[in-house]
Amino acid sequence: MTTTDSKSNAVARALSPAQIGGRRQTGVTLETRHLSRKVGPRAVVDDVSVQVFAGEILAIVGPSGAGKSSFLRLLNRLDEPTSGAILLKSEDYRSIAPQDLRRRVGMVMQTAHLFPGTVSSNIAFGPRQRGEVLTTERIESLLNRVGLPEFAERDVGYLSGGEAQRVALSRALANAPEVLLADEPTSALDEHSVRAIEELILGIVQERQMTCVIVTHNRAQALRLAGRTMVMEAGRLVAIGPTREVLHDS
Amino acid sequence: MIAELGNNIGSDVLLGLAQAIGAIALCAAVVLLCRLHAVRVEREAAVSLARGLVQMVLVGVILALLLHGNLLIGALILFMMTIAAAFTASRRLKGVDGALLLCFWSIAAGAGAIIAAMLATASLRPEISMLVPVGSMIIANAMNSCAQAIERFRAEILSHVGQIEAKLSLGAEPRVSVAPCLRSAVYASLLPRFDMMKSLGLVWIPGVMAGMVVSGTSPVYAGIYQFIIVAMILAASGITGLVATLLVQSRVFSPAAQLTLRPAEAEVSSRARSGALTSKH
Repeated sequence: MTTTDSKSNAVARALSPAQIGGRRQTGVTLETRHLSRKVGPRAVVDDVSVQVFAGEILAIVGPSGAGKSSFLRLLNRLDEPTSGAILLKSEDYRSIAPQDLRRRVGMVMQTAHLFPGTVSSNIAFGPRQRGEVLTTERIESLLNRVGLPEFAERDVGYLSGGEAQRVALSRALANAPEVLLADEPTSALDEHSVRAIEELILGIVQERQMTCVIVTHNRAQALRLAGRTMVMEAGRLVAIGPTREVLHDS
Repeated sequence: MIAELGNNIGSDVLLGLAQAIGAIALCAAVVLLCRLHAVRVEREAAVSLARGLVQMVLVGVILALLLHGNLLIGALILFMMTIAAAFTASRRLKGVDGALLLCFWSIAAGAGAIIAAMLATASLRPEISMLVPVGSMIIANAMNSCAQAIERFRAEILSHVGQIEAKLSLGAEPRVSVAPCLRSAVYASLLPRFDMMKSLGLVWIPGVMAGMVVSGTSPVYAGIYQFIIVAMILAASGITGLVATLLVQSRVFSPAAQLTLRPAEAEVSSRARSGALTSKH
């Protein structure tokens, strides 16, 4: 594990890619360099430099108000940094059209925020923005993958919390993102649904060789899901490394 | 002109003042009735009645002078009315940069387009005595529509931040992400105008028709003309509401398609938008 010294402005890169999470890593997918965001006088994200490797799940933990969700929002470019840079496969975020970037870096939020209508209309939303029409088979396939077969024509108003979050996950996956950001996706769910969503995320990341960054307040969840974990406090990155070591030490 | 005005004052004002005294006496009786029930409104009633009378006499004098002016003065009056309307409507837009100008353009677009269309189709005579009263009605309704549309649009956005950002995070354009809010806002701003149209002649007989009938115009023509005025008010309100929401929409997103109007950050949206990183898109 590495405890970062922000004054040195060194990129927090605790281990070589080959060591991370016991899984072979192929390169840096996402990188932040001295990333900061101020809201008024307060720095909600403060000089965070981190690399996320292809195919890994990186968990972000920390107390409430530590800047975890704010950091994730910057990665989806829902907010603008005050200073610093974000790179997606070495390409500066600012040189990618926001809509393209958000397709490539998908996000599942704490609340599903499904749009009024049917499950299938929700899943087809992302591709439709680019003029693509998802076939019924493709929608069924995505729903099968998240364990909701024959849900396509259901009204989203009648879904349970767990079902809604699965739909939100398949809606993000319909865009075929390279990176999946998940902001406490299970915080409002019962234990059974939590495990089901965790298994889904693990399975999908492995199948698609996706990169995943997940914010969680649940250390056990970080242990179950993430090869590496970063700890944030008061907007700063205070530690990063293999999950067991980071959580054992902090 | 002044001599003519003096004659008018001489013949009509005494009658008007006598009628006003009668109206004030009736109000005073109501104030006494209230006092019997321990409701003390003497001071309020005296101040409001005095102000109302003085203001209306002054407006009457100004209008009497202006009605003899040329069309340019009429256009200037409508312009000043549009600015005043923009000031009033912009009070609903605290926290949005350039609110006054936004409201001005919205009201000017709606009222201006409709007044121009009415003049072009001869449904509004190019006389100051017609232009100012009809124009002011259209501007006043455009102002209400502007304020209602903006207020509803802001409220809709603030109560649907999660859904809007969910759409953005899936790659939607800002206009797509707030489309339901825009529809709801424009519809809400038009509802009072639709109700006005539906109740025309049933619940109320508007002033223009009443005035035309009193001045000897055929009641049927007066009714049709009143319909035209209300229809034009509806059209002006629609244009104003739409332009206002579209202009607000363009101001609540950053150049990088980020929603800057959020409950926690509404007050600092301007500062957040002007962050060090400048979008290349």
